Amino acid sequence: MHPFVLERPRDLSAALSFGAQAGRNDAPVEYIAGGTDMVQLLQEYVRRPDRLVSLAGVLDDGIEIGSQGLRLGAAATMAEVATHQAVVERFPLISQALLNSASPQVRNQATMGGNLLQRTRCPYFRDVGYEACNKRAPGSGCAALDGENRWHAVLGTSDDCIAVHPSDLAVALVALDASVEIRGAGGDRSVPLSDLHRLPRDTPHLETVLEPGEVITAITVPANAAGLRSHYLKVRDRASFEFAVVAAAVAIEMDGARIRQARVALGGVGTKPWRLPNVEAALAGAEFEPAALRQAAALAAEGTQGRGHNDFKIELMQRAIVRAVEIAGARA
Amino acid sequence: MTAALIGKSVSRVDGRLKVTGAATYAAEFEVPNLAHAAVVRSIAANGRIAIDTAKAERAPGVIAVVTHRNAPRLAYQPHKGLPDAAVGERLHVLQDDRVNHQGQPIALVVAETLEQAVYAAQVVRVTYRNEAAATDMESVDPVLPTGKPAEWEIRRGEPDSAFEQAEFRVDQTYVIPRENHNPIEMFATIASWQDNSLTLWDKTQWVHNVAEEIAAVFGIAADNVRVISPFVGGAFGSGLRCWPHVTLAALGARVAGRPVKLVLSRREMYYGVGYRPHTVQRAALGASRDGQLHAIRHEGFQETSTYEEFTEALLSATRFLHSCPNVHTRHRIAPMNVHTPTYMRAPGEASGMYALESAMDELAVALNMDPVELRLRNEPDRDEFKDLPFSSRSTKECYRAAAERFGWAQRNAAPRSMRDGRWLIGWGMASATYPMNYAPASALARLLPDGTAEVMSAASDMGPGTWTSMTQVAADTLGLPIERVKFTLGDTRLPRAPIHGGSMTMASVGSAVQAACRKARDEALARADANEIEEAMKRLGQVIEATADVAPGDETKRFSMHAFGAVFVEVAVDPDLGETRVRRMVGAYGAGRVVNPKIARSQCIGGMIGGIGMALMEHSVVDPRNGRVTNANLAEYAVPVHADAPPVMDVIFVDEHDPHVNPLGVKGLGEIALVGVAPAIANAIFHATGKRVRELPITPDKLL
Ligand SMILES: Cc1cc2nc3c(=O)[nH]c(=O)nc-3n(C[C@H](O)[C@H](O)[C@H](O)COP(=O)(O)OP(=O)(O)OC[C@H]3O[C@@H](n4cnc5c(N)ncnc54)[C@H](O)[C@@H]3O)c2cc1C
Ligand code: SF4
Repeated sequence: MHPFVLERPRDLSAALSFGAQAGRNDAPVEYIAGGTDMVQLLQEYVRRPDRLVSLAGVLDDGIEIGSQGLRLGAAATMAEVATHQAVVERFPLISQALLNSASPQVRNQATMGGNLLQRTRCPYFRDVGYEACNKRAPGSGCAALDGENRWHAVLGTSDDCIAVHPSDLAVALVALDASVEIRGAGGDRSVPLSDLHRLPRDTPHLETVLEPGEVITAITVPANAAGLRSHYLKVRDRASFEFAVVAAAVAIEMDGARIRQARVALGGVGTKPWRLPNVEAALAGAEFEPAALRQAAALAAEGTQGRGHNDFKIELMQRAIVRAVEIAGARA
Repeated sequence: MTAALIGKSVSRVDGRLKVTGAATYAAEFEVPNLAHAAVVRSIAANGRIAIDTAKAERAPGVIAVVTHRNAPRLAYQPHKGLPDAAVGERLHVLQDDRVNHQGQPIALVVAETLEQAVYAAQVVRVTYRNEAAATDMESVDPVLPTGKPAEWEIRRGEPDSAFEQAEFRVDQTYVIPRENHNPIEMFATIASWQDNSLTLWDKTQWVHNVAEEIAAVFGIAADNVRVISPFVGGAFGSGLRCWPHVTLAALGARVAGRPVKLVLSRREMYYGVGYRPHTVQRAALGASRDGQLHAIRHEGFQETSTYEEFTEALLSATRFLHSCPNVHTRHRIAPMNVHTPTYMRAPGEASGMYALESAMDELAVALNMDPVELRLRNEPDRDEFKDLPFSSRSTKECYRAAAERFGWAQRNAAPRSMRDGRWLIGWGMASATYPMNYAPASALARLLPDGTAEVMSAASDMGPGTWTSMTQVAADTLGLPIERVKFTLGDTRLPRAPIHGGSMTMASVGSAVQAACRKARDEALARADANEIEEAMKRLGQVIEATADVAPGDETKRFSMHAFGAVFVEVAVDPDLGETRVRRMVGAYGAGRVVNPKIARSQCIGGMIGGIGMALMEHSVVDPRNGRVTNANLAEYAVPVHADAPPVMDVIFVDEHDPHVNPLGVKGLGEIALVGVAPAIANAIFHATGKRVRELPITPDKLL
């Protein structure tokens, strides 16, 4: 662990003045919220800030639901959001995604903002015993391309990085057209969640569109995403407490025996939370029966690229979509 | 007279200490003036190193940076304890510039605080001159271990021709990846020197072996090393050997001139202690239409290091479990640039039986015969390998009891024939066996005038309940209420106990405790001329002390001694998503006398859940390009969580009285409950899906 100074600013403007650089490697100043991811990365010597700026107590932790929709303060914990009655009733997809994440202990500690900005679980990123990792050390190569890549992405990959974005919450939020509210030295702005994370391309070390010093202050989910039939399906190697092998977030609106409208996003397979407009288009108006669902889900395979150990995800994710739609559609 | 305590479900005597955090584990002892150590480990699998420690030495709080350049030359006198590899020489730390595996210790930093030590360790600069390394088992040619080939290759009858002529044949390859023990407590050592005497607070399954090994490493008398280890937060075999970090802690303390604490990180747990080796096995069975086995050919090889030949009992059970006139087993090793593997719960048997009992199931399918029936038709009436009678063998009773409890008779043998909604249901079973081990042990019993007793032996309790079962045996034998008896373990100052492994603690330490207590009791009664022990102790008004040493006699020459069992499993497999959930497990064991049914049951449940891990998820993913363990953490190395444990877990102990094994008549339970679980699950998955998976773990991708 690199020695660092822990700053505990009184308020958000004081926090902003430190100019932390969320999500940049070797940034000299970084934010820490619940610390559940940051502390691991500090311990593993993956991140070496000289200064850690604590966001504890300076960010909104409220959960509000109104005519505009849902607003989650960035400091709300995974546990608080997952069990909030209005979230459970109106946005069950979010609750399910969270309850399928991590463990109760981690959920009590981890925050919304930190969840969206947690770093990849790519084992080569997290083991400094490997020199090659473009995300950790730009230009050093990618140990995963021809390595142990069962954990890795098949969508949105590049020749420089195939790391999965690990958040379950983000997958549900992308499906629900959520946005993040951001504050920085230059003021406030709002960014659709689907634009928050960048594709790796040839700069995998740049993970988000946040400018240095900017913080996420809240997540908003539009009202029109409320009350949909939805399901968060997570396939993994054990029954609980594990990141997704493949996850599917699905929210649908039915029109008799047909699907009127569908939202579909995948986790565990993309370099960022992955929305599937082509599958959604095929599902809109489709008959709610297995063959039609399979046909629509097959479109998810467009543009996929396996690297060997992860090839199975291309088939598995289609099946996960079908199953999630079936379960969502069967819900009253 | 108090009621008999042996055989009673007594709750753990150390339970309260543990759940309230009052039990002291190795890293938690308070030692004044303590400094902290961190290890720099190799990131190359083979080669030579050059080290620049300038920056680390200047780092705040650093007391010493020890490398091969400045480390004291250590004696490394010959010493081989029971858990050490029979052939080869243990890893020497910080003695030269060679590295031969990933994670090998190459420098030690001692600093005022843990954070300072860890930071300084991270800024030690190492340059590697890499040499070609063997890190991919597929490209290594296995060889017979050193020694008499007859020990590694065993032939009975005419296995080759018998197999060729058999009417029904199965011949398949089964693969098990490397697995790590992953106990919750990390390995930790506090070392403190006083002149030439050393005290070690250590996480270990055998205090005396640590004392002897460290004495040999430093060239001092074993009597000068005291090892204290009252509680062990799980070990599963990882604490049997004395690993290099113990030497490092003692070395750091010597160089720093202060007590030093060294705690391994979770990542280091995948490099600093051993693991269950990756094995590749080929099992071929030949049988006639009536299910009679005519030939068994079972060969396997496993990874080991370049410096030690680790072998486990991979093929032992094959030689006697099922009756067969023509048997061939061949055990080989693949020396690689890895650190030495070690024993992990049910070492050898758990791996070998995965192949054998999977192959038996494949044979049952080929014969269209019930797998239980197939085993019953091949039930031997003696050990055909050793040509000795079994001291006792309750396989038939186990098959019957477990099958009945499970409801096996309702099984539809056709694969994919049983469903629950979307889920495919599968029922599978396998046999289990584990040798009865009994080794010399000593204990001391002390009766006090206040009517209480102190009983002690330098045993260990990594979780199975030694604290409790020994207190029970002592109180039962003395005839005292259990609250009046205090048992103590885990200190080299106490009478010597054998290694806490091989499921031998109950048999060995239990027999010693019983003998010491019997002696003390008899003496007290005689001297006080009383026939009631509490009365005698009061009347005598003085301390009565007795020690006892027990040792096996010649029973191994007269009997083949093993525990046997059977495990039945119900799985549900999602045919679309490939997820497997174990829904029910029933294990039946013939393990001699059961001292504490409650603790024995929890011991068995633990083993069975461990078997679920082996079958469905556990896998140290070693990068074949360089030998690093990619998932060296508990997020990516999956072990079963509560949600993976089936709601129904039944454990049956069949009645078994074995007068031959040891004075207590116990066979040990630590390991057998893990044996057979992986094949039973794999067999159940075949029954559910029609897919035979011959490579563990059976993750969703293998079932799509
Ligand atoms: C054992 C384990 C299992 C897990 N399993 C899952 C799982 O199954 N699914 C899943 O989705 N997640 C899982 N996680 C990840 C967990 O959800 C994240 O670690 C957690 O959400 C991070 O939140 P935090 O508040 O602790 O963030 P921190 O660790 O404090 O911060 C994470 C990152 O976000 C930055 N940051 C935090 N808040 C803000 C903000 N408001 N603005 C700008 N930057 C910010 C920090 O600078 C840092 O870079 C698991 C974690 C653990 C430890
Ligand atoms: S996939 Fe990305 S994070 Fe993983 S090693 Fe390659 S560059 Fe690094």
